[in-house]
Amino acid sequence: MTLDERRELDDLVASWREWLERRDALSAHDIDELEGHLLDRVDSLRAAGLRDDEAFLIAVKRLGAVDELSREYARVHSERLWKQLVLGGANGGGRGAASGDVEAPGAPLPLLRRANGLAVALGLGVGAGLAVKAADLVGADPTFFLRNAAILVLPFLAAWFAWRHTPPIGALAGIAGAFAIAAVALNAYPFGPGSGIESFATDPSMTESLAAIHAAVALWLVTGVAYVAGDWRSSDARMDLVRFSGEWAVYYLLIAIVGGGLSLLAVAVFGSIGVDILPFVGEWVIPCGAAGAVLVAAWLVEAKQRVIENIAPVLTKVFTPLFALMLLALLVAAALQWNLVDASRDLLIAFDLVLVVVLALLVYSYSARDPLLRAGWFEWIQFVMLVGALVVDLVVLVAMLGRIGEFGVSANKTASLGLNLILLVNLGRAAWLQLGFLRGRTAFLRLERWQTAYLPVYLGWSAVVVLVFPPLFGFA
Amino acid sequence: MRIGKDLVAAAATPVVLGILAEGESYGYAILQRISELSGGELEWSDGMLYPLLHRLERLGQVESQWGASPTGRPRKHYRLSPQGAATLAEQRRQWDVVGGVLAKVWPDGPGPGGSARLALGGA
Repeated sequence: MTLDERRELDDLVASWREWLERRDALSAHDIDELEGHLLDRVDSLRAAGLRDDEAFLIAVKRLGAVDELSREYARVHSERLWKQLVLGGANGGGRGAASGDVEAPGAPLPLLRRANGLAVALGLGVGAGLAVKAADLVGADPTFFLRNAAILVLPFLAAWFAWRHTPPIGALAGIAGAFAIAAVALNAYPFGPGSGIESFATDPSMTESLAAIHAAVALWLVTGVAYVAGDWRSSDARMDLVRFSGEWAVYYLLIAIVGGGLSLLAVAVFGSIGVDILPFVGEWVIPCGAAGAVLVAAWLVEAKQRVIENIAPVLTKVFTPLFALMLLALLVAAALQWNLVDASRDLLIAFDLVLVVVLALLVYSYSARDPLLRAGWFEWIQFVMLVGALVVDLVVLVAMLGRIGEFGVSANKTASLGLNLILLVNLGRAAWLQLGFLRGRTAFLRLERWQTAYLPVYLGWSAVVVLVFPPLFGFA
Repeated sequence: MRIGKDLVAAAATPVVLGILAEGESYGYAILQRISELSGGELEWSDGMLYPLLHRLERLGQVESQWGASPTGRPRKHYRLSPQGAATLAEQRRQWDVVGGVLAKVWPDGPGPGGSARLALGGA
């Protein structure tokens, strides 16, 4: 056999392998085994006087139809069609069935690196739980927790990212500085007592609640700098942070639901034998669990990254059409009733939520979209949703401006108005870009870039609400 | 003559276990041996042997190990496990019963074909 013939056969075998590799049911080792068989068959046919390519064709044919074969493999190895999260996994974890059982797995990983650093995540999670409990034990009042929830827990998340992604020292120093500023502002400002109707002494004041909520948002974004390993200028890295945040929220919610259910079950079961564990659950399990779950959810997102499809974009695909319909229905109802204008005071906050949901649906569908794909029906639905949200919001905004002119400003009104304007600008521009994309004039990348470029605006606004609002509104 | 699909499927496990009872082997050689024993009449597409072997491995009836062919290609060798030997003995008893019944029902059947091949199944 000449060298050329040998190379030709190698090419044929390589393309045959590639064809088989597309089948989920066949692992790399299965294909190795089949390839060995194929070559044995080719050898014996060649010994009988056939040329290489003839022998190859006959050998492939005798292996049988690939569809049938892979179906047969799938029946034996049905688990391969479900991608599994391998906890005992080797380096990087999350490699599917392809990492077979034949090659020696090499030297065992050190404990800290195993399972994507589960030990470290759990350790930090316990740390976060203990930090919350420690603050409780030294006698902090409930509003202390409200103010400091983010400051107590998020440093552990930042530490986890620092360990996982090793951001440069400068980035870490910046993050630490941001946490310090937030801690000082939230705890040194002399917040007034709450102005609730039943005015408990421990009620937080309006500016205090606003500062606490916005501090959480701002510190989450700051913590994200550690997630992207300090590369916060890069649009792609920011998109990664967005993806991470969405997945994290989904996992956190799942953990919270299951954890809550289990706690209730435990309380009920212990109650039935006359042991009241409600105080224990309330004082230890829920605060520590809520703090620890932040880390566990973060670990889970990265551990399953390459194994399981992201869930947030799937949810957006399901809910974008429904939400677009809801907005259209709302428009029709508002036109018929004409009472959007004198609805309750909370209207603006409700519409902030509507815009946040629209934005989330938009961004998470971006995050999973193939940028090279042309616009299709889904992009039209998105456009309808965007326009619907913008029109409704403009109506509300005009009405609210009128109210503020009439009754004066308060911290709450200003904060929701500011958020509304920020989101309105974002969505207005997004709708414009979306239209350009639908008409084939704008590259998809520009839509994505717009969203990632806008992230610092949220950070800036949150910082303003935390740092400037309390003095501006007299800590009321 | 082609043997029916169902009969091939039923015979496949005892035949493969029986061949492995002769000694450790690998896929291609097992198929060669089947073809040799049946005069080329008991055949199925080559690839299908491997899912069957994997199923038997899962059931604990065979054990496998990667080795290399004389030319240095990786090759997976299969060996009968003690549990596989027990399964083979059990299957052999069942096939003997079936073979015995058929031999009585067809005392002078259409030649030596049918029962001879069934006996092969128990081999």
